[in-house]
Amino acid sequence: MDRRNNTFANIDWLSILLWLVILSYGWMNIYSANIMEAEGGIFDFSQRFGKQIIWIGATIILAVLLLMLDAKIYTYFAYILYIIMVVVLMGVLVFGTEVNGAKSWFVIGGFQFQPSEFAKPITALALAKLLTSHTFEMKRITDLLKALVVIFIPPALILLQPDMGSTLVYFAFIFVLFREGFSANIMLLLAALIFLFFTTLVVDNAFVLLILVSGGLLIYAIVAKSSKKTVLIGAWTAVTFGALYGINRLTNSEFPLFTLGLVSLIPITLVLFIKGLQSRMYKHLKILAGVVIAVLFMISVDYAINNILKPHQQHRIYVTLGIEDDPQGVGYNVNQSKIAIGSGGFKGKGYLNGTQTKLHFVPEQSTDFIFCTVGEEWGFLGTTFVILLYLGLLLRMIFLAERQRSAFSRIFGYSFVSIIFIHFLVNIGMTIGILPVIGIPLPFFSYGGSSLWAFSMFLFIFLRLDASRLEILN
Amino acid sequence: MNQFTDRKYVFAVIIVVVGLVYIARLFHIQVLDKSYEQFAISNAQSVRIIYPARGLIFDRNGEMMVYNQAAYDIMITPRQLETFDTTEICRILDITREDVKERIRSAKSYSYRVPSVFMKQVTYENAAVLQEKLFQYPGFYVQTRTLRKYTRPVASHALGYVGEVDQRILDKDSYYQMGDYIGVSGIEKAYESYLRGQKGQNVFLKDVHNQTIESYQGGRLDRSVEVGKNLVSTLDAELQEYGELLMKPYIGSVVALEPATGEVLALVSAPTYPPDLLVGRSLGLRFGELASDTLNPLFNRALMAQYPPGSTFKTIMGLIGLQEKVITESTEQYCYYGFYVGNIHTGCHLHETPLNLIEAVQHSCNTYFIQTLKSILQDAKFESTAEAYSNWREHLLSFGFTNPLGIELTNELDGNIPDAGYFNRIYGENHWNYLTVRSLAIGQGELLITPLQMANMTAILANRGYYITPHLIREIEGIDQIDPGLSTRNYTSIDSSNFGPIVDGMELVVNGGPGSTARNAKINDIIVCGKTGTAENPHGNDHSIFIAFAPKDNPKIAIAVYVENQGFGTTYAAPIASLMIEKYLNREVKRTWYEDWVMGKIPPVVKSTKPSNDTIETKVDSRGQIP
Repeated sequence: MDRRNNTFANIDWLSILLWLVILSYGWMNIYSANIMEAEGGIFDFSQRFGKQIIWIGATIILAVLLLMLDAKIYTYFAYILYIIMVVVLMGVLVFGTEVNGAKSWFVIGGFQFQPSEFAKPITALALAKLLTSHTFEMKRITDLLKALVVIFIPPALILLQPDMGSTLVYFAFIFVLFREGFSANIMLLLAALIFLFFTTLVVDNAFVLLILVSGGLLIYAIVAKSSKKTVLIGAWTAVTFGALYGINRLTNSEFPLFTLGLVSLIPITLVLFIKGLQSRMYKHLKILAGVVIAVLFMISVDYAINNILKPHQQHRIYVTLGIEDDPQGVGYNVNQSKIAIGSGGFKGKGYLNGTQTKLHFVPEQSTDFIFCTVGEEWGFLGTTFVILLYLGLLLRMIFLAERQRSAFSRIFGYSFVSIIFIHFLVNIGMTIGILPVIGIPLPFFSYGGSSLWAFSMFLFIFLRLDASRLEILN
Repeated sequence: MNQFTDRKYVFAVIIVVVGLVYIARLFHIQVLDKSYEQFAISNAQSVRIIYPARGLIFDRNGEMMVYNQAAYDIMITPRQLETFDTTEICRILDITREDVKERIRSAKSYSYRVPSVFMKQVTYENAAVLQEKLFQYPGFYVQTRTLRKYTRPVASHALGYVGEVDQRILDKDSYYQMGDYIGVSGIEKAYESYLRGQKGQNVFLKDVHNQTIESYQGGRLDRSVEVGKNLVSTLDAELQEYGELLMKPYIGSVVALEPATGEVLALVSAPTYPPDLLVGRSLGLRFGELASDTLNPLFNRALMAQYPPGSTFKTIMGLIGLQEKVITESTEQYCYYGFYVGNIHTGCHLHETPLNLIEAVQHSCNTYFIQTLKSILQDAKFESTAEAYSNWREHLLSFGFTNPLGIELTNELDGNIPDAGYFNRIYGENHWNYLTVRSLAIGQGELLITPLQMANMTAILANRGYYITPHLIREIEGIDQIDPGLSTRNYTSIDSSNFGPIVDGMELVVNGGPGSTARNAKINDIIVCGKTGTAENPHGNDHSIFIAFAPKDNPKIAIAVYVENQGFGTTYAAPIASLMIEKYLNREVKRTWYEDWVMGKIPPVVKSTKPSNDTIETKVDSRGQIP
């Protein structure tokens, strides 16, 4: 019984250790990135590293306070906190201060405060509360919709600020739903659609079409167990296409291959559809529908990119995907970021010896692009160390989440894992040129009080819940 | 526990895979791909070049000939440009708005990152105004350069000029960068490596706004600037100026050497141009003008014009005759108005007869030297004319007639003395003899040499048998000894004992009694030894030639004067040579009336109606076939 009530005996010190290491290493890099302007010592509070020391100190106090609070209050106050937070997010749209084109800050005294950061742990609390209610059933559409509403109200408000990066982060909660029983097939379908989305952008449309049709035929061959019919359908399609192609050449028309392919598929699709209905082969119809949906999706993505997105947005996407090259323009940030990291080599240039980050070649070098400083000054050893730190923290959190008796704690734990993971994925992915530039911070590492507080709150609420894992919380 | 607990593995796998992909990517860009390091360096380094002042050039008497003046180039780095007030730039630099756009466009087409010249050589005043307002024009800066200045407007061909490097040089020599200056011709080109000095550089750390932060790595990459080395030329600036003055009305060349050292005292090519015409912005404006001038002032006649030596060559014929022992000092030849064999006739003028060798030089007797050539080519030592001819030619090679002598200037041409094969090809083997090639004996025909070679020939006569490669530079600052090749004696194949009678004859040419060919070259108190020449010119009036050295013993100057289309050697070439010698040895010229004559202020007076001493007429068919 003693153990059950003694929070500090049950606390996961390994997580706290990882948290402290990330925090300190982050601060060292913030110091290095800003040292050029500094005149006082490390306690020069006009500098970012000086301010960050205050934030870190305050965070530790916050962490201790959170650990001392009763774990039950989170289940009690989850919805109330959520409602307060929604009101605050609306308030920031009206009373907030605009920084870098987004109205996402409250300025109180000398301090800036970004409510959207705190919305993440609070949304997690509300989601955990909802999913653990006795009446909730994941398979029931209305319940699922309720969950989605809880998840997507905050990002909808954040999108109005507008802060695209923070909005995208909320998609991470889909992973939480998956852990709690959301259909794996739908997850796979989502993954397939995302994959198809990028393939459409990168690969020639005609080729994607060929892959989709061949894939459909292959599945049909397996399901229908009839190679004869498969060959027949394939041959018919090929002949139709060949005829159209020939006409196109002979008449000197310049229809693209993709258009020819689409047109040649129309008759066979209609025939298969009618035959399928007549013989009530619903399995076969499903395959046909899958292919048709995929093709329609591909066409709409193509249309959306080329006709709905503004040229600079298209450009940004294309540069990220490596289709276009533009080191001076949109690609400037990524290019400079890669130069900074790449120039670090294996061992790095040495602490405080970086040139690219300090001399402002890298934008936002202490917030979104702090990873560049690690790459330049600590080299491959440093970057690998950081990645391993995050992998360690995330895997430890999965372990902790899985050992919860209470679903509430587990859901909250998985929310933390998913949110931190998406930040880690996008932030580092952007600095090394794998993902598009989406300005979100590296948790616990980047400069910034709000994000540090919010992520630390997230972590310590979970650690407090974990410390009470032997109690039943609901 | 619930039924979906296995899904934790999906999470773990995704996280680990992303981590590994990122580590692999980082390994690629940080460890495998080295190009990022180069990008980082070019990002963060700002190199400021410090241009050294070019070396000065002094004349042999220590008088400064070439020095430097500061000039200001407006440079731009297109990448750093921001929108700026074009109107003000236009006002400061006095250019149009379109001009500004065009200049920026051309800079961009060169490079966005490397600075290039926006406007060359603006005045100090304009540069100063712009310098003050430079903070309003990011991407602009003022670069100080030096331009060449000349104390006297002379010696353009010898000094050469300095111009901007072209792509060919940029490809070849990494020292130079776009917009750098380099010696393009003359001494400026030949001694470029000394004159240019060594560019210095300061490498700074710069930030993204291109503001320099501090010295890069504590100045490890900095290089201090080394000022160009000063040169002392062999030229005598005063003599050079005097020579150019005398040659002003004419086309031709004057080359004066110090025989004992091979030092070039004056190198005149007329017409010429003032050297400051090819400096800085004027170079671009005026070069085309000079290049298209029909009198071709850019053409360095002293080194590149190939002329027949005319009668001056008779001295060499006499030397070879003596060396081959086919004649002696006392060999006499009869001559009655010329040389006759059958219907072949080469004219000569009225002089007493017979003449011995000394007198033949004095009177420039055509017959005498054709006979000498006959003796040389019919020498019993040799089996054929061709063999004897080749031997004769060998002697001439030792005078340096067939190859460039090796003066520092790169545009020197060689002379031409046809070999035996040449005549074999034209006339067939054994189908030619001394009569066929007799015009060679009097310096005509296929014989061609440059004025520099002719001056060198004169120096050989003055030295009685050797020459030192003519050169234009005697000292390089900080270098103990210039090229040792420039102090070694090149001996000819003629023994020095054979020079006596020829030199005596040359003395008489100037100082002999009536009938001597160049008595007008005589200077009181100085024994000038000379030889006139007149080269037949199929295209117009004959060329006037004179070679001379003085004094006779221990000569201080050897000179060759070539005046195109001015008739007899004695008319203008001899007075010019004489005045030059007087100027050089006495430092002042007393015979001002003679200067007036040369410079055309007194109309030339024909002194006598008798045929001149060295006309040649050839009355045979031009093929010279033996009848």
